[in-house]
Amino acid sequence: MTIQVSPGQLAKSKATTQREVYLAALLNQRSEFDRQNLSADLGDWLQDLRDRASVRLQDLAIPSPKDEEWRFTDLSSLLQVSFQAATAALSAEALAGFNAVLPETAESCLVFVNGRYMPSLSSTAGLPQSVTVGNVGQLEEPYAARLRHYLAQQPGSEEVFTTLNTASMTDAAVIWVPKNQVVETPIQLLFISAGETATLSHPRCLVVAEPNSQVTFIEDYVTGDRGYFTNAVTEIWIEENAQVNHTRVQRDRSNAFHIGKTAVSQARHARYIGTTISMGGKVSRHNLEIFQLGEQTETTLNSLTMIAGEQLSDTHSTIAYSSPYGTSRQLHKCIVDDQAHAVFNGKVVVPQAAQLTDAGQLNRNLLISPKARVDAKPQLEIVADNVKCTHGATVGQLDADEVFYLQSRGIDADSARKLLIYAFAFEIIEQVPIASLQQALSQSISPPTS
Amino acid sequence: MIVENSEVILSVKDLTASVEGTPILKGVSLDVKAGEIHAIMGPNGSGKSTFSKVLAGHPSYEVTGGEIRFKGENLLELEPEERARTGVFLAFQYPLEIPGVSNLDFLRVAYNSRQKHKGLEELDAFDFDELVQEKLDIVKMNASFLNRSVNEGFSGGEKKRNEILQMALLEPTLAILDETDSGLDIDALKIVANGVTQLTTPENAVILITHYQRLLNYIQPDYVHVMEGGRIVTTGGKELALELEERGYEWVTEPEATEARV
Repeated sequence: MTIQVSPGQLAKSKATTQREVYLAALLNQRSEFDRQNLSADLGDWLQDLRDRASVRLQDLAIPSPKDEEWRFTDLSSLLQVSFQAATAALSAEALAGFNAVLPETAESCLVFVNGRYMPSLSSTAGLPQSVTVGNVGQLEEPYAARLRHYLAQQPGSEEVFTTLNTASMTDAAVIWVPKNQVVETPIQLLFISAGETATLSHPRCLVVAEPNSQVTFIEDYVTGDRGYFTNAVTEIWIEENAQVNHTRVQRDRSNAFHIGKTAVSQARHARYIGTTISMGGKVSRHNLEIFQLGEQTETTLNSLTMIAGEQLSDTHSTIAYSSPYGTSRQLHKCIVDDQAHAVFNGKVVVPQAAQLTDAGQLNRNLLISPKARVDAKPQLEIVADNVKCTHGATVGQLDADEVFYLQSRGIDADSARKLLIYAFAFEIIEQVPIASLQQALSQSISPPTS
Repeated sequence: MIVENSEVILSVKDLTASVEGTPILKGVSLDVKAGEIHAIMGPNGSGKSTFSKVLAGHPSYEVTGGEIRFKGENLLELEPEERARTGVFLAFQYPLEIPGVSNLDFLRVAYNSRQKHKGLEELDAFDFDELVQEKLDIVKMNASFLNRSVNEGFSGGEKKRNEILQMALLEPTLAILDETDSGLDIDALKIVANGVTQLTTPENAVILITHYQRLLNYIQPDYVHVMEGGRIVTTGGKELALELEERGYEWVTEPEATEARV
């Protein structure tokens, strides 16, 4: 497929704004959904889902800083790049450098390259038969028939990048855990963007944890050298009294664009533990949306943004309560070096019905250099009157007393600073439930000892 | 112990220092010889803690005059880490917590930086573990402390014992204990005091900065100095501490009382 629109061509288009034209150009890059292994019925439904999203997209545009939700995150640099959908499959050699499959998930991983499912790199041999882990084409009944009740059915699906993802969807990673099933082995969903051109991909994940089930999965993004654009959407449904432990790691190269959404619907007594590590991307955005749909649901969010150079990384989270006795614990940390810019917007919505909510949010920011910047905004919308909601935000530099303490033990100032940054990050990294991934992330920051 | 003709380890002359432009030390002079234990007492705000931080090289304290020589070397020219490597050790009043860094790793990095400076062999994790196990007994610490993050979740007493463990490993020529006894129950105090006593040799020296005479029941100082208004206003033997305990600081620190003593 060839480049559809270049910045020069955009100028000629006068009927619509540049941001509308650009979005349309991105949509034009989509390829057909692979219907080969699908029933005619499911295929038709997916086709229709995509078509309806495409139509909706005609009324939308790439957001600008004038949109309140994108005030601090300027996507102008995205508009300068012409992305192409990936065409040719990459050779095994080309992918050798991206072998990010974890030892713990060697027999429980799905690998997608530029949005395409790679059965040869994936394995689910280590998982119980009753658990469905695969792409859409591998879905068997009754799950195939039930897909339409879950895929693209979360609130917020009309958001522009989610719509673009739905309209461009060529496949999806699916984890479907049946009732009462506890999956001990963690599952890895690995998304690789690679190849010689600046490709565009729309990874899609659907996780359904049926009542009383339990599962742990890792969503992992890595990229090659080119400035790829990843527009990912993950939908998680946690049914009654089920538990999902989800780790999302975005370690794209620092020239990549990454927009990702995690939407989680939690039924009564459901528990969600989310750990997010965002360290890559030139411009990256993570929209994290939690919908507590029943009584006594529990949400734990731990996230770390660690950026340097000229990176911009934005996290927008929303926890929407609806029922009594819900709890949430959210800790978001940013470590910002050089001229990088982090954004955090943490919304908590507690309507009248959500009495006895217990919501805690803490945002801690560490600015390493004088030119580093963070925009932090807690946003609490509380209507219910009998609730406990706390929030706090701190912005600071490395503490001189802490550096001095380490120096006074013979550790030079530079190593002391590295050690303290490591310690700040570790509070989040230690939440990652997979030892090898935890270690890899620790090492990518700075080893505690040399 | 006072040893005849022993080497002067620390020589401070007319030291003045400020914090954010406010003078705190206003002419401190002190000589410490090998083998000696000096106690520095005094009311809050007299400059005791500032003195300890200036000796260790805290960047927030600006030395405005005077000199500090350590084993003949100009200490003021050295960075804090260089002072540590050359044998100055400060036990902190409020030791910092470093989550995510294991105590064992921290101790090993500190130990090896000292070894490297001395041109001695750096120890790998295995050999170091053996060494540190021996030292644990000095402060009656359980080996499980080593695998926890530095000071994280430690009680006040455990933090102070951890400071003394660091002292045991680093074997400083000059150990400065900044209110190490504050906030300790009697059992923890005995362990800390006993640890310090075990680590005192004719070759090294200790400066105890303390608010309470109680510590000196367990560590016998050779000299007791009273600090007030950024100066050492009087010096005596260990009996001075007892007198201070009974009569308070007023009689030494009020001008007329001081004059009467002279």
